[in-house]
Order: sequence, then C-alpha cells, then structure tokens
Amino acid sequence: MSLSEDTRIQQDVRAWLEENWDPDVSLIDWRNKLADSGWGVPHWPKQWFGREMPVSMMPIIDAEFERIGAVGVAKIGIRMLAAATLLDCANDNQKSRFLRRILTGEDTWCQLFSEPGSGSDLAGATTRADRDGDNWIINGQKVWTTSAHHAEWGLLLARTDWDVPKHQGLSFFVVDMRQDGIEVQPLKQMNGYASFNQVFFTDVPVASENLVSAVGDGWKVAMTTLAHERRTSDALRRWGKVSDRPGRIYDEERAEVATVMEPYKWYPQRAGRIDLIWPRMVETGRMNDPMVRQEVAKLLMLSYTAEWTAQRARAAQAHGRPQGPEGSLGKLASSHLARAAAKVHTLIGSADALLKGSDGATNGVIAEVLLSVPATSIAGGTDEIQRNIISERVLGMPKEPRMDGGAFRDVPKNPARKR
Amino acid sequence: MTEVRRLMATKDGFDRDLWMQSCDDLGLAGLHVPEAYGGSGFGFVEVGIVAEEMGRSLLCSPYLGSSILATSVILHAGSEEQKRDLLPDLIAGKTVACLAFAEASGHWNSDGVELTALQSGKDVLLNGKKKFVLDGCAADVIIVVARRPGTHGREGIGLYITEGMSTGLGRRSLDTIDETRKLAELSFDGVRAQVLNDSEGAVAAIGHALDDGAIALANEMIGGAQALLDSAVEYTKLRMQFGRVIGSFQAVKHKCAEILLDVELAKSAAYYAAEARAENHPDVSMLASLAKATAADAYMRTAIEAIQLHGGIGFTWDHDTHLWYKRAKSSEVLLDDPTYHRNRYMAFQEVLHELK
Repeated sequence: MSLSEDTRIQQDVRAWLEENWDPDVSLIDWRNKLADSGWGVPHWPKQWFGREMPVSMMPIIDAEFERIGAVGVAKIGIRMLAAATLLDCANDNQKSRFLRRILTGEDTWCQLFSEPGSGSDLAGATTRADRDGDNWIINGQKVWTTSAHHAEWGLLLARTDWDVPKHQGLSFFVVDMRQDGIEVQPLKQMNGYASFNQVFFTDVPVASENLVSAVGDGWKVAMTTLAHERRTSDALRRWGKVSDRPGRIYDEERAEVATVMEPYKWYPQRAGRIDLIWPRMVETGRMNDPMVRQEVAKLLMLSYTAEWTAQRARAAQAHGRPQGPEGSLGKLASSHLARAAAKVHTLIGSADALLKGSDGATNGVIAEVLLSVPATSIAGGTDEIQRNIISERVLGMPKEPRMDGGAFRDVPKNPARKR
Repeated sequence: MTEVRRLMATKDGFDRDLWMQSCDDLGLAGLHVPEAYGGSGFGFVEVGIVAEEMGRSLLCSPYLGSSILATSVILHAGSEEQKRDLLPDLIAGKTVACLAFAEASGHWNSDGVELTALQSGKDVLLNGKKKFVLDGCAADVIIVVARRPGTHGREGIGLYITEGMSTGLGRRSLDTIDETRKLAELSFDGVRAQVLNDSEGAVAAIGHALDDGAIALANEMIGGAQALLDSAVEYTKLRMQFGRVIGSFQAVKHKCAEILLDVELAKSAAYYAAEARAENHPDVSMLASLAKATAADAYMRTAIEAIQLHGGIGFTWDHDTHLWYKRAKSSEVLLDDPTYHRNRYMAFQEVLHELK
C-alpha cells in the first residue's frame, strides 16, 4: 500500500473521529456507532461492520483512536475467538445475530472444547448432541472453560455421530449459557486461583439454527478457532492495557477489561518471572555463590537464545516462508525456561521458597512462580504434543501407530467421571 | 569421511597442499583479514558460515588455530610492519601459525601463564612450557604468551614471536582424544623470540583473539551438532526393530525433538555472537562466552544422544559418529569449558547491571 493511501486512511479516520467521538455517551451506544461506521473493525468485511482494509493498516487507525482518546470495540476475551470463528464458518443468520453484540461488548463468550477425558486428544470429545426434532440435546462435561461463569454464549464441540471415525463425528454449536441444565463450577488450580470453570450439561436443548457449518464439520470449525487462538495470544497482552483517562465511558471499558483479564493475572508467574532474578540475587546476596551463578547463567542464556530463535523464525517469515512448526520449538523452549526459572528462584530463595503470600519472597510472587510453572508445559498443547509436532513435521519422523481408527463407538475411552 | 580418517592419522592432522589450495581458491585463511594485508576484508558473519560448514564436515585444517587465534592476535597486537610481514604468507596458506597460551593449568587466561620472557638485547629469551597448543607441532610461526619474571596476574604479560625451528624449542604432539585436531606441548629452553607486543595492549589483544576463537568455535560446533542430528534422525528412519522403524517410537522422536531445540538455540547464540563481532558490539566478549557455553553443551548432548540413537553400531570404530563425538568433546574443553564461560558471562552481566 502506498504512502498516500496510508495518509488518506489516516485523514478519513481522523475526520470521522473528530466528527463523532463523544466520551459522554454510553460504551454500548458508542460501539454501535463504531460498528455502523466500519471504523471499529476496519479489517472485517464491509457486510459485517468492517471496511475490508488490510490488517497492516490497523496501527495507523489505532494511533488515531489513541490520539483523540476514543474507545474502540471490544477487543479481548474469548468473544474475539468466537467472532473470528463465526466470520469464517457461520451463516449470515448467525453472523447477524451474534457479531454486533460481540463488538459492543454486550455479550461475552466461552469456549467449550476440552473435557476431563480429552485434553491433548481433543477429537476424542464425548459430550453428546442428540437430535430431537428441531433441537439438539446436549449431555456431558467440559473443563478448563475460561469465562463460563459470566458468558452469555458458548462455542461447543460435541459428538453427533458415534459410528464414524472420531474426527468426522463432531459438530459445532453456539450454546446459550443462561439456561437450565447448564451448571458452571469454578475449577480451583494448584496455585490457589480459580481461573477456569467446569461446565456440566444435562439435557440442554440447542436449536438447529445454532449449528455452525454442517453436521460432522465440528473438527474443522474447532481448528479454525484454535488457529485464531494461537494468533491472538500476543493481542491479549496488547489490548489488556487500558486508558487511564477519567470519565464514564473509560470506567465502563476498564471494568470490561478487568473482567476479561482477571483469569490471566498469574500468567507472568507461570512463565517464570525471569525479570525478578537480578533483584532477587541482589536482595539475598546470593550473587557470589558459584553454584547460583552457574544456574542463573544457564537460565539467562536459555532466555536470550529462545528470544533470538523466535526472532530468526520471524525473520524467516518476513522473507516469505510460511509460519511453520517453529511455534512448537518456541512453546517447548518456554516450558524449559519456566522450569529452569522455578529452579533458580528456589536456589536463590533457599528456605524462603517454603513460604507464600505476605510471608513469601517478593510478597508471594516467587511462591506463585513455583506453583504456576507446571501449567506452562501443559496449557496450549503439552510438551509431548509439541515434541510430536517437531519430530514429525520438522524432522520428518513417522507417526506412532494409532489405536483410535474406525467407528468412535469402538475406540477405548476413559471411564465416565462421577460428579 | 575417508579423508578425515586419512588426515587424522597424519602427524600434522591436515594436508598442507590442500590447505594452501583452499586458501588460494577460497581465500579461507584471510576471510576476516583486511585487504591491505592480503585478506578478503569480510566480517565474522562470513567466518561463522565457513566455520559452521567446517564443523559439519569435520574438516581437518589449521583454520581455528592459525587463521583465527594466531591471525587475530597478530591483527590486534602486531605492529604495521609485523602484520605486513606475517599475514600475507598465513593468508596464502604458505605458513601456519599457532597461539601458545595455555600451560599446565589448562586455562586460557593470563593467571595460568608462568613461562617467562627475559630481555636479551632487543629480543627476549623464553623459558617454560606451553600445553594444549593447537597445531603447535605443525606451526611455522609460534606466538607465545609470556610474562616478565616476577610478575603476577595480568601484569607483565606480553606476546612474543618465534619460529617453529628455533633452537631450544622442544615440540611434542599430545595424544588427543580428538585425533582430528592436533594439540602440542611446547618446551622453551632459552628460545630467542621477538616482541609482538609487550605493552598493556597485549592482554587486550589476547582477549580479542580468544573471543574470536570462541565465536568461530561456537559456529563450528553448531555445524557439527547439526550433522550429528541429521545422521541420527536419518538412521532412526531406516533401522527396524519390533516390526517398525525406531524413528516411529515417541521415546526416540521426543529425544530428537529436544536435540533439535538445543541445536536451534545454540545456532541463535552462535549467529548472534558472530553478528555482534562483525558490528563490534560492546558486549561481544559476553556474547562470545554465551555462544561458546551454549554451543558446547548442545554439541556434547547431541553427540551423546547421536551415539545412543545409533545403538551398538554407534559405539564402533568403523562408524563415523564417534569422530564427531570426539570433536564435540575437544571443542567443549578447548578455550575453556562451559562452566568457565558461564562464570565469565555472569561477571559481564554484573557490570551491565552495575553491580560491579
């Protein structure tokens, strides 16, 4: 895109904002205006609240919003995965029912994929959807469901056919979370937080109009969602920042962001808090212990080389190579890094590593590192899955023989869990 | 690998004619030397690329000892006249040089230098012993790190230059684990030598040469590690046990995935250090230590696992994996081991964090 095109778009959005921006209207009224104008999601299709602009234009447009202090559409949370999935896979009726309220922030969403019996093997889902006239009846259990306790809608992966191979028997639904038969329970983790939920479905009806794509297309649609999930982890950090300007509309936005970000507040700790290594060494005087120095050096070297490896992957992409399994190498490196960091924090802290909360080092943050790090090698694809991806797609090694072919009904499964 | 096996059985450990020819054809020895002295005037990114390929093929050559360590120290410490005198022949491959630094202590630092340089007219007389000298037996030009009698630490350290055939110089080839890289013990009994640099600049020049050596060696190591990973993975795709290729077992696949991660991280370290050297980055010494430690650990781990992945055949003399394993071991320890470099790295980090 030429420079003059950039300038023209910048002038257009600036003129529109100067004409329309009003910090005294309600957040929802303002975002409806954004949706109507196409300036809320200019990279979306014209038919659906956008202007079909390339994503590369977004920084210019964001900067204009920032300049005048205008609030944007809702940008974070599982609702953005819902929006991306619906844009790609839903019919026009569904798009017109759901997309606007995602942008205004009126609806929040959750993602009902993982189950107690299917984690890495997501396609082994056993939550069932049985046809009953114009409805589907849902029974089963989902787990690790962020935001389910406040979500209006859920993206559900459920089994509609037990007599075909497992990937072919799944379908994808939009579920109204505010109805009888759905029970949401917080799931407390080993670090004490309850950032996720378990969701129980008992004879929950879902109208056929809420089936996304065709019966049996569920796996394909779920893969679309997960592809977007991988891409949006950076956006979470970016959009988690809020304006500190005073005023009602900003208060409303701050409350919205706080709600979405609440489950993620320990995420920096699960990555290992390498930024705290130097302050902790100075604080404890362990700087001169040769063993500590060795372990800290290993950790720092791992941290830098992981960052440079990610840079090499990005540079390769910039030279036109598609995003490949380098992501799996990075994910695996972050697991090693988190574990090494927990080890070093323990080494530096000595007996203080026994304590948490206000008794613990750095007001409990170090304890939170030690108790959160085990999530890194599990969440978002376990280390074992990453090693499979790396060995098969980078090194070209053969897959293990599988035991889950044929009709899903006959595939060995985990025993059903008791409530 | 027939050529590697042939050369490793020779006294010098490389073929002089072949070396001269590759200097002539490819300009290998003078890659990073300014054109004024007959070099190609490239930077360390190019040195890194060449070193990586040499490591991959396990090339037997005086590249690290002569073209990097000795040449770098001449570039950093020598007078204009000495550079013009020494470098063209080294770059043409007509002569080979070595840097005699480490002694019985087995460390490449000034503290371990006991060999003395006693003033004798405008020359010096060298007395003492050097050990672990790369290409020490083959070298025509010998650069010696020595100290003025009665000094300690960095004080009194100077660089001196003598010839391989000098009177009073005893040379013994050490029996090395890695036969593809020859090390020598040199004994100096009143050997007459000229001053290369006996000012305070000598220690700095040695430091630069060691950084250059560590960076070149790190890049050599990642080439070797990649070669080992490639050959091990290829083998696991062919070797049948229990009715399937062993490369289909997750125990094997996951090991290979972890090695790949190690090698990729080490490549990033080696490339980053080479770029930093090319751009004269102020933290180049810290990055050299990072690269040396990271590449050495990755290479050694890859070598251990490459033998493991090959099973019994990997432990045989006729199979080539042990040649890289031995190169990995010699590279790990040469120019100081990962523990030393991590400690050195931390010292630089302390300065960066203004703690020292």
